[in-house]
Amino acid sequence: MNVFHIIGPVMIGPSSSHTGGTVRIGRMARALIDGNPVKATLLLHGSFAETYKGHGTDKALVAGMMGMKPDDVGIRTALDKAKEIGFEVEIITGEIPGAHPNTVAITLTDDLGKTIKIQGSSIGGGNIIITKINSLNVKITGQHASVIVVHNDISGTISAVTAVTARHNINIANLIVEREKRGGEALMIFEVDGKLSENLKDEINAIDNVINTILIDPV
Amino acid sequence: MIERYDSVAYLAKLATEENKKISDLVLEEQAVAMETTVEDIYNQMLENYKVMKDSARDGLNDTLRSNSGITGGDATKFYSYLQNGTSSLGDVMSQAILTAISVSEYNAAMGKIVASPTGGSCGILPAVLVSLQRKYNIPDKDIVNSMFTAAAIGMVIANLASLSGAEGGCQAECGSAAAMSAGAMVELRGGTPKMVANAVAIALKNILGLVCDPVAGLVEVPCIKRNASGAANAIISAEIALSGIESVIPVDEVIEAMKRVGDMMHPFLKETAKGGLAATPTAIKLANKIFGSNTTGCTGCGRCVK
Repeated sequence: MNVFHIIGPVMIGPSSSHTGGTVRIGRMARALIDGNPVKATLLLHGSFAETYKGHGTDKALVAGMMGMKPDDVGIRTALDKAKEIGFEVEIITGEIPGAHPNTVAITLTDDLGKTIKIQGSSIGGGNIIITKINSLNVKITGQHASVIVVHNDISGTISAVTAVTARHNINIANLIVEREKRGGEALMIFEVDGKLSENLKDEINAIDNVINTILIDPV
Repeated sequence: MIERYDSVAYLAKLATEENKKISDLVLEEQAVAMETTVEDIYNQMLENYKVMKDSARDGLNDTLRSNSGITGGDATKFYSYLQNGTSSLGDVMSQAILTAISVSEYNAAMGKIVASPTGGSCGILPAVLVSLQRKYNIPDKDIVNSMFTAAAIGMVIANLASLSGAEGGCQAECGSAAAMSAGAMVELRGGTPKMVANAVAIALKNILGLVCDPVAGLVEVPCIKRNASGAANAIISAEIALSGIESVIPVDEVIEAMKRVGDMMHPFLKETAKGGLAATPTAIKLANKIFGSNTTGCTGCGRCVK
């Protein structure tokens, strides 16, 4: 904790959980697509479902998906802006079993035809946790730069990837590994200190059994 | 060098021993902790103060309305009243109340604000700082320095108790903001570090036990007016401390008492919008009107249908 956790952050009101944090969840969704967003379905759960109209939670999520930051004054008019650029947004409310009260599940499609699913919770003071990407369980806070590696569950893949991160002098803050089933599609998520370089992605992608690598800057 | 942020009395004692302001010590320590320079963190804080001043100005707009439509435009009402010249308040208090309402209404209307320490209590610190700056022509440098004292007080409260309404009720949000602002005000008005500690204790004692009961779960009613009363509390507490009056209960014990009161508080009274003002018939009607369903605020008491 430092002084700027107490006096700060600069944000668009009214609430650090309902606007501050949700913009960051939207930004995380944006980071996972390749092109520009054209269609999003937002499933709002719990307190988000109950109070999004009053808090502007929908505006904050859409603003984040359009790349805005939590202190962007454009958040207020984000829904109009989305219409203007042809970004279609559907909002539904419902139950996500076992989820934190401030949770949203986003299905986002870009103009290159790619669709991703992401589930995230705003856990207070603008802090977030992304708990699901597509069908895989994850845990990403967005406070650090993240490296997500989708790969086949074959032994030796993790050490090959960490050899690359070691060569880049990357210090790992968190490492999570997940898989659907033995030998199936698996996921490595690194939260790391410092900045990421683009060629890190190419080097990891060159490793056998790696399907794709996504680099995400802190949101 | 400050070693910990778990006692306001310790910060005051250290500053007294070194014959410095609390803010001097905090600037030094935080620059080291954040691996940067005093100048860098000063400039970051200056940016925050600029956002505060802008929000005080832009919140004074009679066309502003919140998403829910239940609040907005009251700052201009208060401004007109002050222009009438019939208010019995002095310059600092009247400007502080005006600023607290402006900034809080701006927050509710999705304006750009500085959480200090939270969004719900974001009007109190700017209210005190802007009103003092206007009255005494205080340079930005002194104002920004005093914000480090305010932040240090907030860190101690965060460590010993809580700054969140969901954990500690309104006392943890508007109470902490008032305590931080009272400390900053004492420093700006030339008080001693010990007076800073007393002002913090007095401000928290004045609001101890206040529940967080937002109507429809929104940061609007009663939050906006509680920011005005929080600013007034900060000024009253600072003035009492500046006169040399001491808090009988030492500051750290007051903070610990606040923590225990927050723990004892019923969950319905901690931001869940199920008790207090949020559970009144009018609040439930408003919630139904805003959200179109009976999901928030309802405890099933049946009073609304009578």
